[in-house]
Amino acid sequence: MKNGVGVAQNIVLFGGTSEIGQAIIHKLVKPGVSHVVLVSRDIDAADQQIAEIAERYPDLDVHHVRFNADDSASMVHVVAEVAQQVGDIDVAVIAQGLLQEGVDYYADPAALVPVADVNFTGTMVLMYALAAQMRSQGYGKMVLLSSVAGERVRKGNPAYGATKAGIDGFALALDHELVGSGVSVLVVRPGFVTTKMTKGMDKAPFSTDAETVASAVGKAVGTSKTVIWVPGLLQYMFMILKNLPTAVWRRLPL
Amino acid sequence: MVMQRLSGWGRTAWTVADLVHTTEVDVFRSTIGAAGERGVISRGLGRSYGAAAQNAGGIVLEMTAENDPMGIDADFDPLTGLLTVAASVSIDAILRMCVPQGWFIPVTPGTRFVTVGGAIASDIHGKNHHIDGSFGQHVRSLTLMLSNGEIVELSPDQNPAWFWATVGGMGLTGVVLRATVAMLKIESSRVEVETVRLENFDAVCAAMSADGVDDDYRYSVAWVDLLATGAAMGRGVLTRGDHAAASKVDNKEPLAYDPRLTVSAPGWVPNGLLNKWSIKAFNEAWYRKAPAKSHIGLESIPAFFHPLDGVNRWNRLYGKQGFIQYQFIVPLDRTDVLRKVIEKFSGAGVASFLAVLKRMGPQNAAPMSFPTEGWTLTLDMAAGISGLAELLSEVDSLVLDAGGRHYLAKDSHVSASAVRRGYPRIDEWMSTQEEMDPIGLWRSDLSRRLGLVDHRRSL
Repeated sequence: MKNGVGVAQNIVLFGGTSEIGQAIIHKLVKPGVSHVVLVSRDIDAADQQIAEIAERYPDLDVHHVRFNADDSASMVHVVAEVAQQVGDIDVAVIAQGLLQEGVDYYADPAALVPVADVNFTGTMVLMYALAAQMRSQGYGKMVLLSSVAGERVRKGNPAYGATKAGIDGFALALDHELVGSGVSVLVVRPGFVTTKMTKGMDKAPFSTDAETVASAVGKAVGTSKTVIWVPGLLQYMFMILKNLPTAVWRRLPL
Repeated sequence: MVMQRLSGWGRTAWTVADLVHTTEVDVFRSTIGAAGERGVISRGLGRSYGAAAQNAGGIVLEMTAENDPMGIDADFDPLTGLLTVAASVSIDAILRMCVPQGWFIPVTPGTRFVTVGGAIASDIHGKNHHIDGSFGQHVRSLTLMLSNGEIVELSPDQNPAWFWATVGGMGLTGVVLRATVAMLKIESSRVEVETVRLENFDAVCAAMSADGVDDDYRYSVAWVDLLATGAAMGRGVLTRGDHAAASKVDNKEPLAYDPRLTVSAPGWVPNGLLNKWSIKAFNEAWYRKAPAKSHIGLESIPAFFHPLDGVNRWNRLYGKQGFIQYQFIVPLDRTDVLRKVIEKFSGAGVASFLAVLKRMGPQNAAPMSFPTEGWTLTLDMAAGISGLAELLSEVDSLVLDAGGRHYLAKDSHVSASAVRRGYPRIDEWMSTQEEMDPIGLWRSDLSRRLGLVDHRRSL
């Protein structure tokens, strides 16, 4: 669980090499954290990025668990393995994601399957597995990295947007189901984040960076908030954008 | 099964557990028999500040007898002053029963709303620690239900290792069912109190030192103003006294006792009501209210011992974010550390509504009992202050480096390593605990955070 000053003891990052995920871990690790688990495909890459934290907190144990984010069915075992290593999972940051910008789905429609597996199917299985574990603990927080791309799916990469829309809706409803169990979900909806995943892409308006997203998560994770937007202004922009008539929405240079 | 969100008195770190309210031994036994791998912890009136009496995902046995229609489950002999009482009974109920008969609880904390079970588990102390020691020293015997359902009788002579592991054992050795406590004889329900204002921290420490007259008073404690700066840093109001003789009380019924709750804190309070400015104003008023010259007067038991009980649910005053109470002790010769700690908090702009300083007497035989010869300082602060985790970790290091430690009944943040350093007899206690509870049934959020029991033992 967390202690009296809001510090969680055991923190797990799914998508251990995610830049935003790593930035969030940097914010959440404070005196009082005992275990950090990085769950990733590439253990060496994940380890490199956490080395600096490990140095700063000698009491902190860093663990690694390997997973394939597109192997949805394996998520149950992944959660069991994490719990076996550290005991309770107090905060789970769910940051795995696949964008696949520039793939021609008209030429190869099946290429979108891994996008759906990583962003949607696998994440749903993971979140149910985490919810079951956390419910038995009487405490737990899942932080889901969603995206404004799911708020109103647009052309360009509709498959990606649709997976984000789906997982965002799932997470909110799951949070609702978990009321009273001590377990809750924080859905994080960043705008365009400049990271390696978006390298080379044109910046969208209201773009942000991993550090800003991490700060916002750090502030919200100890509260009862269910959704945060980064930057916060996007919440109000999307209130308008979501309700624009289709004809107007389609003409917007987004 | 009632799933219930629970926290300590500080209203932080809420977790959900299966809450079973009972005072029936049979229900205890069937409940612990059916417990899952998250285990069981007992809970009294929930006055420990942190996570001592909560058990996320497990069972919490809530044992309180506040509204028991059968009256207080206790046998009291007014000739010997020996009180045998159910663990679920509160000090409040005991005082109502015993004060009119001329007996007082030998040790009381700053609130009378704690149960006897909680008082033993936390080995609570009061303003008389330098003279009378802590609660465990006044317990003549107790009965305990072990994790296998067996009931054992423990006393300082009969199985002392198990007795002293239970005193200060944070409920992790079993469920205390009953205890026999040696009460303190009093002639009146008034306390003769000397109040004096002291202009800085050195003056407070000097007045309370063991070389002075402090040992002439049964009760002694100082309130310290942590927001005063410069020459007035650590100024305080020292109150000392003892139970007044009947002849001093101008009353036909010197033992009359009528504690009342005066006001209730509202259910909702804006976050930040207790801030640097409001507390500063309060501290100034409190300091000015105390007489500049030493003054002797009579005070009631509630006014002297339990001032905070005057405001029902005062813990809500910190708003939704809750608060933490930081209590530590350092050896007598380390007043320099107290000073450094005060400077660290005031340097960081952390306001403390209450800061209480007390000189403690020698430690008792319990390995996990908090009090030991030294100075204990207690402060409370809003839990939502930014950077508090880092600040407290720095202060923890100062305390531990000086050979000090933290009070587990108040604690809500220290690490497992801090408890290992602060309590050198922890391994001895853990092996006794394992002997008493081989299946590892007793668990709490506190024991998980601090690694007090080996949670890998499977149920």
